[in-house]
Amino acid sequence: MSTRLSKGGRLIDRSKPMGFTFNGKRMQGYQGDTLASALLGADQMLVGRSFKYHRPRGIVASGAEEPNALVGLGQGGRFEPNQRVTTTELFDGAVTESQNHWPSLDFDVGAVNDKLYKFFPAGFYYKTFMFPRAAWKHVFEPIVRQSAGLGKVPTARDEDRYEYAYGFADLVIVGGGIAGLTAALSAGRKGQRVWLIEQTAHWGGRAPVDGVEIDGKPADEWVRTAVETLEKMENVTLRLRTMASGLYDHGYLLAYERVADHTPGDGRPRHRLWRMRAGHVMTATGAIERPLSFAGNDVPGVMLASAVRDYVANWAVSPGDRTVIVTNNDDAYRTALTLLEAGLAVPAVIDARPEAKGALPEAVRARGVRVLTGHGVAKVKGAKRVTGVSVCMQAGEGAEIETIACDAIAMSGGWSPVVHLWSHCGGKLTWDEDHAMFRPDPTRPATGADGAAMVTAIGSANGMLRAADAVADAHMAAGSEGTAPKAVSAEEAPMSPVWIMPEGAGPALRMKMWLDYQNDVKVSDVQLAAREGYESVEHTKRYTTLGMATDQGKLSNINGLAVLSDALHQAIPATGTTTFRPPYTPISIGAIAGEARGEIFQPLRKTPMHDWHEVHGAHWEPVGQWRRPYCYLRTGEGVHDAVNREIRAIRNSVGLLDASTLGKIIVKGPDAGRFLDMLYTNMMSTLAVGKCRYGLMCTENGFLSDDGVVARLSEDTWLCHTTTGGAERIHGWMEDWLQCEWWDWKVYTANVTEEYAQVAVAGPNARKVLEKLGGMDVSKDAHGFMEWREGTLGGFRARVYRISFSGELSYEIAVPASEGRAFWDALLAAGEEFGVTPYGTEAMHIMRAEKGFIMIGDETDGTVIPQDLNLQWAISKKKTDYLGKRAQERSYMVSPDRWKLVGLETLDGSVIPDGAYAVADGVNANGQRNMQGRVTSTYYSPTLNKGIAMGLVKHGPDRMGEVLDFPVDDGKVIKARIVDPVFYDKDGEKQNV
Amino acid sequence: MLTLECPYCGVKAEETELQPGGEAHLKRYGPGSTDEEFDGYMFSRKNPKGVHFERWRHAYGCGKWFLAARCTATLEVFGTYPAQTSEPPAELQAKIKAKRPNWEGYK
Amino acid sequence: MSKAVSALEGVSHKGFAEVAEAGLRGMITVRGDLASGAMKKAVKAATGTALPAPRRIVIDGDKAAAWMSPDELLILVPYEAAQDTVAALEKALAGEHHLVADVSDARAVFTIKGARADQVLTKLCPVDMATLAEGEIRRTRAAQVAAAFWKSEAETFTLVSFRSVAGYVMGLLETAARAGGEIA
Repeated sequence: MSTRLSKGGRLIDRSKPMGFTFNGKRMQGYQGDTLASALLGADQMLVGRSFKYHRPRGIVASGAEEPNALVGLGQGGRFEPNQRVTTTELFDGAVTESQNHWPSLDFDVGAVNDKLYKFFPAGFYYKTFMFPRAAWKHVFEPIVRQSAGLGKVPTARDEDRYEYAYGFADLVIVGGGIAGLTAALSAGRKGQRVWLIEQTAHWGGRAPVDGVEIDGKPADEWVRTAVETLEKMENVTLRLRTMASGLYDHGYLLAYERVADHTPGDGRPRHRLWRMRAGHVMTATGAIERPLSFAGNDVPGVMLASAVRDYVANWAVSPGDRTVIVTNNDDAYRTALTLLEAGLAVPAVIDARPEAKGALPEAVRARGVRVLTGHGVAKVKGAKRVTGVSVCMQAGEGAEIETIACDAIAMSGGWSPVVHLWSHCGGKLTWDEDHAMFRPDPTRPATGADGAAMVTAIGSANGMLRAADAVADAHMAAGSEGTAPKAVSAEEAPMSPVWIMPEGAGPALRMKMWLDYQNDVKVSDVQLAAREGYESVEHTKRYTTLGMATDQGKLSNINGLAVLSDALHQAIPATGTTTFRPPYTPISIGAIAGEARGEIFQPLRKTPMHDWHEVHGAHWEPVGQWRRPYCYLRTGEGVHDAVNREIRAIRNSVGLLDASTLGKIIVKGPDAGRFLDMLYTNMMSTLAVGKCRYGLMCTENGFLSDDGVVARLSEDTWLCHTTTGGAERIHGWMEDWLQCEWWDWKVYTANVTEEYAQVAVAGPNARKVLEKLGGMDVSKDAHGFMEWREGTLGGFRARVYRISFSGELSYEIAVPASEGRAFWDALLAAGEEFGVTPYGTEAMHIMRAEKGFIMIGDETDGTVIPQDLNLQWAISKKKTDYLGKRAQERSYMVSPDRWKLVGLETLDGSVIPDGAYAVADGVNANGQRNMQGRVTSTYYSPTLNKGIAMGLVKHGPDRMGEVLDFPVDDGKVIKARIVDPVFYDKDGEKQNV
Repeated sequence: MLTLECPYCGVKAEETELQPGGEAHLKRYGPGSTDEEFDGYMFSRKNPKGVHFERWRHAYGCGKWFLAARCTATLEVFGTYPAQTSEPPAELQAKIKAKRPNWEGYK
Repeated sequence: MSKAVSALEGVSHKGFAEVAEAGLRGMITVRGDLASGAMKKAVKAATGTALPAPRRIVIDGDKAAAWMSPDELLILVPYEAAQDTVAALEKALAGEHHLVADVSDARAVFTIKGARADQVLTKLCPVDMATLAEGEIRRTRAAQVAAAFWKSEAETFTLVSFRSVAGYVMGLLETAARAGGEIA
């Protein structure tokens, strides 16, 4: 059994016990524990079930590489699945539950999959697709659905808050072990702006556990001094619990700070995502120990040798009373020594190498431990917990020589440098034959904006597995400032790669050798993939799902590709690695979202009258980032009724529209007229001061892009109105041409959209309302149609445009935005006796359609030119050039077959669905029905009491009176007649009074 | 995510402060141009692996458009310069040539 | 002009820094040749200050002149003085190619106060606060919207955004400044 030892534990504080629960069972740990050490301390080795076979799974590792031990953590608004217990700090009151089992962790029905493993070989998902359809539907899909997915999705709203922070440094050192600290000391002394970040809650990394001495002091002591020294340097920033998630272009580094995971609910943001810009990055990310592939290597109680000694040394937790060590290197003997030191039994060390005569093996032998060289594991005994190990010769086929009783196995297959960050942005790897590992190739690093190396790997992340080499490497890489620390650790004899144990294992054993614990990928699966023709490691990964679990193959990748290489009869570097992609370990969705949630998920643009609309029943319509009232709902009123009420009120009396969102751009200068003549299809330079003109803008491709009314304010100044969504885009468009094409033209622009609150006062009584406000002569003679005047209206500084989008007598009045709300209130008061009715965008849309006015985004979709909309009257024939003119001369643009704007009137008065197509006779080359037109705008007109529509129809204007068929849902066909698109007040008498 | 120095205001802006504008140094063809010329202006864009000239606007800063010379393969930035020019500055071209001897040169 | 109100009517929040909407401020966009003598005189007439150097703001009491781009300045004056200042600028620049636009009502102004005020901006703007120069005005983005800020007093930053997004910006500032969010 695993248990808490009575003494030791360098990271725990026994005076601070902490209670927690696992599957409802109360347990206790100490401050400084991880959930993993606390669970092991409470004899909870079994923590979950594997993904495919639902095999019992125990804790294997002690850090980020842990594949098995994922739990659901927290409750309600703080519940999160898939929390890795090895990297989760224990806190008082933690509630945890195991995942992926049913009905209970100890008894799992899904484990029957384990007995059916022959039916779930590599690529079984894909293979099931090739069965008869019925087999997928009735057999495989239910099984896959039942067993798929890890953990439960949280159902409550996340109670925590998250944030970004932007960080800048000359040098970011990732990893706070002895290499990282050494580099930080050197770079700090040089005066560089240094960040040193460490993913765990402690500085020092592995060295204190591995018995390293630095500068004559135990590593722990040296680390303490180094951190104190760094803390005093103003140019050095130290951050614990901060994991470098990914490295991207130009030194962009995402660092994930777990601010309050260990103190939930204390008012701090839970996570902070640092968006760093690093002049240079040093990866001091260490190395990860590899498992060995022997039969039953997934039974709970089989752990990495380094993890076993971590648990003993850091947290005073013994994973077992009797631990057998299985290794191919000297380093694992440290685990034996640590265990013996703690008074635990080590029945044997099984070493696959023919001999083990280094200092560490000798020290172990000296303690009376059996060292079986040239041996391997034939099979692990036990199901939910290791009960023993049968030993065989490594060179043979697995004939059992003896069985050793034990309750834990510490395995070590050698070490792999953590090269993820190095690789994220293009850094390449080289194969190190001596240590059987990929390490960063310093001649092929990721490069930055200046073309120089952006990353340097240091320490064991650079393949310097021995402490002395790691520290020396880090010191030199960081500029060798100050005295180099000198590290001393035990000598180690060479390791010998072992990819399968025993070497000649047959199919029965290979089927029980796990590579990927979480996804249940075994040696036999990878070999099968190779036999089935998978040669690329990337393909094999996807076919077998090797390395595709949440741990992203931190333990399995190298072992897997070694097996693949062997099966393909090629060297490991010829097989290569899969691509390392961010994040290094999963980061929370909350951190990715940062502050952007709830009210500030995205910017909401509000006009000065927004709050009034809100209070008065506005049914909102998003228009870009603006919210505009679609209509105003009165108590008990539906949207349709509200819209119709608003339209009737305007047609009969007067209405108010908040038009503040319309874009307003000032264009000024000696060349402003010439410039606007290029921008608009019609002539703006000839517009008289005091007058307004409707204009169209096209892209260089000839297509309609925006429209609006232009007012000439003075000899050299124009004010251009754009659509609500177009203000920023059109302003940018103007600046683009002025800066990049006609930079010698004397024109300045300014986007003054938000300077003004603008209100349309429309309806037969509009003039009366303005007259009641008083201060300006708005009579027909003094203020004609398509003219603007400036003055004081009801005490407000106002610019009044007499323009109409509704077809009624209409004024649009701009006042300073800060006075917008007061002005709106004044209009409501003045209009009261006329029953003034605020109206929304839908009433505006319908009224413009009744008048046959086009709407950008309805009649246009990026493929429509003004000529399609019969807007030739707004295209100057005198101008030699304007943006879009050349494109409009292209053969396809001048084709008489283009679909053109017409009005459509249904024969039965109904409303045609938006976007409906008119069918023509025959079929096209693809056998599809020919089309001859489509609906672009369609409404119920309360003015005309019937459905009206506009559409684009082939040869439309020449086919007045013809009836078209619009097939709609359920085989129904709506018949509509082609008519003039102006449905209401064709002569414009109502607006011109 | 790139960082580019705005040649107008000197801010070393990150990509989120910038607006991309596609290939630089296009010559506009308007009315009177041939179909081929217009087609080239409107639709034909270079897509090199290597040295490329691009338009960027310092949209969240001074609002000015500028041009950047960049390697599309390594993302090395050779330089940025104001947009009021019809071809890259000679000095910049020389610098690129020195760094990329195999570059076929501008145009 | 009692009927003029700022977007948020002066709302404020106190976290580890105090964030507040600062009310109405007169602001005028001036575009023109910044090297010309007329421009120098115009700025002097409007604010009493010298022409700001690139990316700098020159402050004199309740008036200031800020460099916005190579051909654009922002003139800051009390709200009530904006119209007169526009007139003064127009007069000084008469005959020059220029553009003067009153944008007082198109903006919202915020202050962020406290010893850790810079941390609020660190969370929202992709700007290296440690290298912000004395008297620098930085145009950038605050989360998803355009903003400009400068250090207006010791431990105080002033931030300007568009008026329509004032509520969003205040939401950002309040969230970023919430107690417990100090960057240790």
